Amino acid sequence: MLKTYQQIEQIAGNVIVVKASDVGYRELAQVTSAQGTSLAQVIRLEGDRVYLQVFTGSRGVATDAQVRFLGHPMQVPFSEALLGRIFTGSGQPRDRGPAIQENMTAIGGPSVNPAKRIIPRNMVRTGIPMIDVFNTLVESQKLPIFSVAGEPYNPLLARIALQAEVDVIILGGMGLKHDDYLYFRDVLEEKGALARSVMFVHTAADPVVECLMVPDIALAVAEQFALQKKRVLVLLTDMTNFADAMKEIAITMEQIPSNRGYPGDLYSQLAARYEKAVDFDTAGSITILAVTTMPGDDVTHPVPDNTGYITEGQFYLRNGRIEPFGSLSRLKQLVNDKTRADHRTIMNSMIQLYAAYKETLEKQAMGFRMSVWDQKLLKYGVRFEKEMMDLSVNIPLEQALDLGWQILADCFDATETGIPSKMTDKYWPKK
Amino acid sequence: MTTTHLGKIKGVNGNLIRVEFASPVAQNEVGYARTGNLRLKAEVIRIRGTVAELQVFEDTSDLHVGDTVEFTGELLSVELGPGLLGSIYDGLQNPLPELAAESGFFLQRGKYLASLDRKKTWAFTPVATVGAVVQAGDTLGTVPEGIFQHRIMVPFNLRGKLTVESVAAVGDYRVDQVAAVLVDERGGKHDALFHQRWPVKLPIKLFAERLRPTEPLVTKVRIVDTFFPVARGGTYCIPGPFGAGKTVLQQITSRYADVDIVIIAACGERAGEVVETLREFPHLEDPRTGRSLMERTLIICNTSSMPVAAREASVYTGVTLAEYYRQMGLHVLLLADSTSRWAQALREMSGRLEEIPGEEAFPAYLESVIAAFYERGGVVKLRDGGIGSVTIGGTVSPAGGNFEEPVTQSTLKVVGAFHGLSRERSDARRFPAIQPLDSWSKYTGVVPDEQVTFARGMLRRGNEVNQMMKVVGEEGTSIDDFVTYLKAEYLDSVYLQQDAYHEVDSATSSERQQYVFGRIHKVLKTRMQFAEKDAARQFFQRLTQLTRDWNRVAMDGPEFKELESRAEQMLAEVTSYA
Repeated sequence: MLKTYQQIEQIAGNVIVVKASDVGYRELAQVTSAQGTSLAQVIRLEGDRVYLQVFTGSRGVATDAQVRFLGHPMQVPFSEALLGRIFTGSGQPRDRGPAIQENMTAIGGPSVNPAKRIIPRNMVRTGIPMIDVFNTLVESQKLPIFSVAGEPYNPLLARIALQAEVDVIILGGMGLKHDDYLYFRDVLEEKGALARSVMFVHTAADPVVECLMVPDIALAVAEQFALQKKRVLVLLTDMTNFADAMKEIAITMEQIPSNRGYPGDLYSQLAARYEKAVDFDTAGSITILAVTTMPGDDVTHPVPDNTGYITEGQFYLRNGRIEPFGSLSRLKQLVNDKTRADHRTIMNSMIQLYAAYKETLEKQAMGFRMSVWDQKLLKYGVRFEKEMMDLSVNIPLEQALDLGWQILADCFDATETGIPSKMTDKYWPKK
Repeated sequence: MTTTHLGKIKGVNGNLIRVEFASPVAQNEVGYARTGNLRLKAEVIRIRGTVAELQVFEDTSDLHVGDTVEFTGELLSVELGPGLLGSIYDGLQNPLPELAAESGFFLQRGKYLASLDRKKTWAFTPVATVGAVVQAGDTLGTVPEGIFQHRIMVPFNLRGKLTVESVAAVGDYRVDQVAAVLVDERGGKHDALFHQRWPVKLPIKLFAERLRPTEPLVTKVRIVDTFFPVARGGTYCIPGPFGAGKTVLQQITSRYADVDIVIIAACGERAGEVVETLREFPHLEDPRTGRSLMERTLIICNTSSMPVAAREASVYTGVTLAEYYRQMGLHVLLLADSTSRWAQALREMSGRLEEIPGEEAFPAYLESVIAAFYERGGVVKLRDGGIGSVTIGGTVSPAGGNFEEPVTQSTLKVVGAFHGLSRERSDARRFPAIQPLDSWSKYTGVVPDEQVTFARGMLRRGNEVNQMMKVVGEEGTSIDDFVTYLKAEYLDSVYLQQDAYHEVDSATSSERQQYVFGRIHKVLKTRMQFAEKDAARQFFQRLTQLTRDWNRVAMDGPEFKELESRAEQMLAEVTSYA
């Protein structure tokens, strides 16, 4: 039944062209040469010429290599046995455990019918005031952390994962440094979370095509867990590596690049992954937290730019803090009216005042005289940064809101803050 | 019906297939690629020699070279008839709730359902009489659809004069039944059904004349209606970087806009945003009619993870449905979010076709395609003297938030109002983040022009003072300039900004806008005297808070008058009569 072909016509980049017939688009094949066996996927059909993207790369693939088509697209196993396990980008065990072959399901499946989605309604508590108070994370949200190399984005990701109340954690690592991979494994193990985690890890040393598979595999497994009514948190780090892998393949395939060499469908490709985040109306949910490193700290770079248009907000991690400007959780309005009546007021007022503080700082740097108002802002800004923004602060939301009022009352009179009188009457701390 | 022809697949590249054919094939004709039990819908987008290239509206996985393609002989079309309102469709007009009932959580490939419910009956009242001479677009009779009288019209594709041979009697009918039999000038007979089909890429032009849009379309967003108004039958665009609030602004508009029908085309954007609309609207009350908001709403939803080619079709589907209701003398607002995703879909296909790329790899015909789309908006006088309009509001998502890019620029050339959103304003939590100094509108608003011009001048001067203060500092600024700056800030905080989530503040009627703006205009005009800058700042801080409280109380309540007189008092205390 399975057909084997040996006529390789072209090898360029990680893409080989073989003459074959009756091959399906996106079908999987095994390429066997002196260097060993690798999986490959059909990415283009042109008459009897079949373009295959070889997962382990084309290095050492000979013109007489054997290509065997498997008759099905890329699949991933699914069972409870996945929990606690670590796999590569093509789904092979990376730990010493056995391979799993149960319930094979195709990856990159169809998208969810919008009519079967529900409005997200549960807050994910993280204990980080910059998230809980100002940009609340919501179950089923898709949210990237925009950052630059050197920032502690992976520890932040791990910390959120450990503090969030979810049933399953799935980590998709793309181009991870080996140290970072070990860091995630050890932290999850230390805190006893490994038993509810599955890891799909592509390290920087692995073949680039495997990097492309990681989000699809991780999300296909997440989807299966979610259908079993589990609340799943998917961590993807770093999506910029994923986009770069796509760019590499696109250029090999001689596609016309649109912006800085990235393919024209970058937006659709990223969206297809991020849109897997979902709250099903009668099943579980998938929440996606991703890391997007911004080359040159430039948010207009195509990867962060397209990501921002897809995701439901973003966290800017800069100088070890989550920046209040630019950071945004689009779904926060769905939950922050149910937490506490003063949540939105604190959220808006403190940020507006912090923005005013930043302006005052500029004036101060230029040597202008500080007015009474400026003095108050300066006092406020320092306390806000120290007591709210610092990542080491770890307090529940309610405590953070109380702290917010306290800081405001210590720095300002109630009428100066622009807060509606009804709120200050009720919440303004009495001296 | 037209006979189907067959072709064979020669190549597959993403969602583009190359098909060899023998009998004639038309550009933009619909074909179905068959593999196994699947039939995948596709559209011809280029023909070269005996090979047609088709964009497939689905994932092309598992298509084989040699698979059969059926050509249908029909252009990509939508069904028009009673029952459209309240529906939720994908870009190809498949009803999503019905798909969910059949296939569950996921969108199954190759599954297409009838757009209009075939079982539901509609109470018909004939208007046309036997022997009457009619032409395409004329009314044969009406059925009630929610709050509207839905006109059953002479099929739009019939040409010339037609004589009514028979017309259905008063009674209940399904959409696939015959409403009338018409005879054309050559004696040919045509059945006019309760629904008809129309190709999405052709505008419906069955009106007497196109008029100039003059009447304002009240959105109840103050900065829009007062400063950058939209007219019924006009076009406008909202470009802005991500996170600036384009979608929130459109959602607010879809709720409160003073029109008969709102069509939301969610094109390549987040599914979550559509879900909010489609789950909430049925429970929201239409302030004009007291009925469910869903009864005047139609949602076309082709979110970013749904197939790209259908995304391109979705904006055309939306505008065709809008034109259909305009033909009944109704005012329709089409909100397309986002036109950039549609342009990107064009770019993706252009790339696969290996066309020579224009700027940022967008195809060279981008500009004319965008212009043709916005030109489908407009206010028209129908042949029966009625007036109908299609207003188009499109968001644009420019790469990097840079308005110099091709989609924004092509759009600006053809629209009548520009609501540019700015990152600075959204970072400072100033909603709506429409930049008041750069945006413009060619339409007339709800507030007297001279007041608006004065206020705009104030904003500009305030901005100049602010820039100057950054260089010379507060102490180097005269108190008069400083007060100008504070006045501009005051106008911004209490009028331009609006709390989208507050029950009263989120929507301001045009009467209230006229009234409130009159008061604020008075504040801006008042010459004020302050001993020092800190006193001035404190005064404006207090006045701002008072006015914001004022914005949050109902206009007919006692608090409204009370807060107003308190503000008058405050103002009197600082007025300079020198």
